[in-house]
Amino acid sequence: MIWQLDLIILLIVIICGIAAISIRDLLGAAIMFGAYSFMMCLLWSIMGAVDVSFTEASVGAGVSTVFFVAAVFRTTRRTRD
Amino acid sequence: MESLATFILTKYNYWAVIILLVIGLYAMIAKKNLVKKIIGMNIFQTAIILFYVSIGTKRGATLPIIEHAYGDSAHAVHAADYINPLPHVLMLTAIVVSVATLGVALALAMKIHAQYGTLEEDEIQEKIMESEPGSTSTSG
Amino acid sequence: MRLLGFITVVLLGGLLFHLSLDFPDLGDASSPAATHVSPYYIEHTMEDTSVPNIVTAVLADYRGYDTLFETAVIFSAGLACFFLMRISERTAPKARFYRHLPTGLTLRIEKGGKIPEDTREFERIDSVWVPYDVIITMTCRLVVPFIQLFALYVIAHGHHSPGGGFQGGVIFGAAIILYAISNNLRRTLRRMSERMSALFGSVGVIIYGGTGMLCLLLGAGFLDYRGMASLLGVDPVSARSYSILIVETGVGLAVTAVMVWIYYNLSSAGKQDEGL
Repeated sequence: MIWQLDLIILLIVIICGIAAISIRDLLGAAIMFGAYSFMMCLLWSIMGAVDVSFTEASVGAGVSTVFFVAAVFRTTRRTRD
Repeated sequence: MESLATFILTKYNYWAVIILLVIGLYAMIAKKNLVKKIIGMNIFQTAIILFYVSIGTKRGATLPIIEHAYGDSAHAVHAADYINPLPHVLMLTAIVVSVATLGVALALAMKIHAQYGTLEEDEIQEKIMESEPGSTSTSG
Repeated sequence: MRLLGFITVVLLGGLLFHLSLDFPDLGDASSPAATHVSPYYIEHTMEDTSVPNIVTAVLADYRGYDTLFETAVIFSAGLACFFLMRISERTAPKARFYRHLPTGLTLRIEKGGKIPEDTREFERIDSVWVPYDVIITMTCRLVVPFIQLFALYVIAHGHHSPGGGFQGGVIFGAAIILYAISNNLRRTLRRMSERMSALFGSVGVIIYGGTGMLCLLLGAGFLDYRGMASLLGVDPVSARSYSILIVETGVGLAVTAVMVWIYYNLSSAGKQDEGL
């Protein structure tokens, strides 16, 4: 485990997480959440959990982003916070 | 100074978990948009998963796949050489269940949008109050 | 509310920070989590199951109950989504749009109107239709079979490398979802109907539970795969390895079907008519 890489990716994960909840557009929030999931998957593969990161890469960054986009497409992009 | 650096390097994973957990919980409590609340719930879940994965790491150990498993000479397997696989198993299923529950949560949000025409919690509250005049209950 | 939430989460964060000082160090090989159950799994998985990937062995063999009910939870989530969203054809609004292919004209047909019969000249389109981009459609058509093959590889090779039923199932479902996005939902529904996805979901759970029941019938415990040895005609260790593949296939089927099913219901708001 390389702690320098680990810290950099942790920082990106936290930035993506804050961006996902603070951006004032639901489609943008969905895309930021996908980026967050993919960074999380990198972090887990650095920690040695290859199975977990494989699952997160296909589930978090793939399917759940599609679900968010589908839900936003069928409802609204508007958000006030 | 040296001891502070080692202290940080042995605990920073928990602090990252705490920061992510707090971000997710704040989104669930303070954000009024339902989709934002669902994103907050997912961030909370991934923070818990990060906690489990990080307690499974071992310094100097390799991935939990046994090396030279079918070699000519059977190697003795030492538990200290491999990362703890148990948290990985528990979290792997948790991730897939989390996407299934995400689907249900989004379906509920879409039903609410079809009923009230908005995803904002306070606007939904207003519409509920308008639709039943005279009632003082604040169901929502 | 915002201030109250902020105070709450800061208090919680401070409390957790205080508690984190007592937790074991990162990467400590003698932490409680690393010393109790997991050394048994690491040291005995080869002689018990002959599966090098310890995560797969623990997932499908040592902790098979856990995974069985997780699969059941995923299937019930698909069912819950179905019951929440699905609107039957009769209550759905019926204004349909058809495009005349040679001229590019669009017809709007109200409920009860005469639907064009010549499918070579008329194509049904969504109400928010944008012209299909030929590059996207062709690329996805070329890529989808390889993604599906990769998903099958991930399921079958989960014994030796990262992967297994959950990952492979999600990738297979993602390939079908990619096809639905790049073409349209009706064309995907003709290839994999909703009934088929519901059937596959339940069949996947039944394969998993049925393997456990079969072990019970053959004289071993529930999900104790050593009982399958006489049926498969191999020694007990190989029987456990093969049975892991059987249950992983069941998990993969269930996960694929449920992902596709949830996508159908979410993207069409339950009408299963017009998609993303």
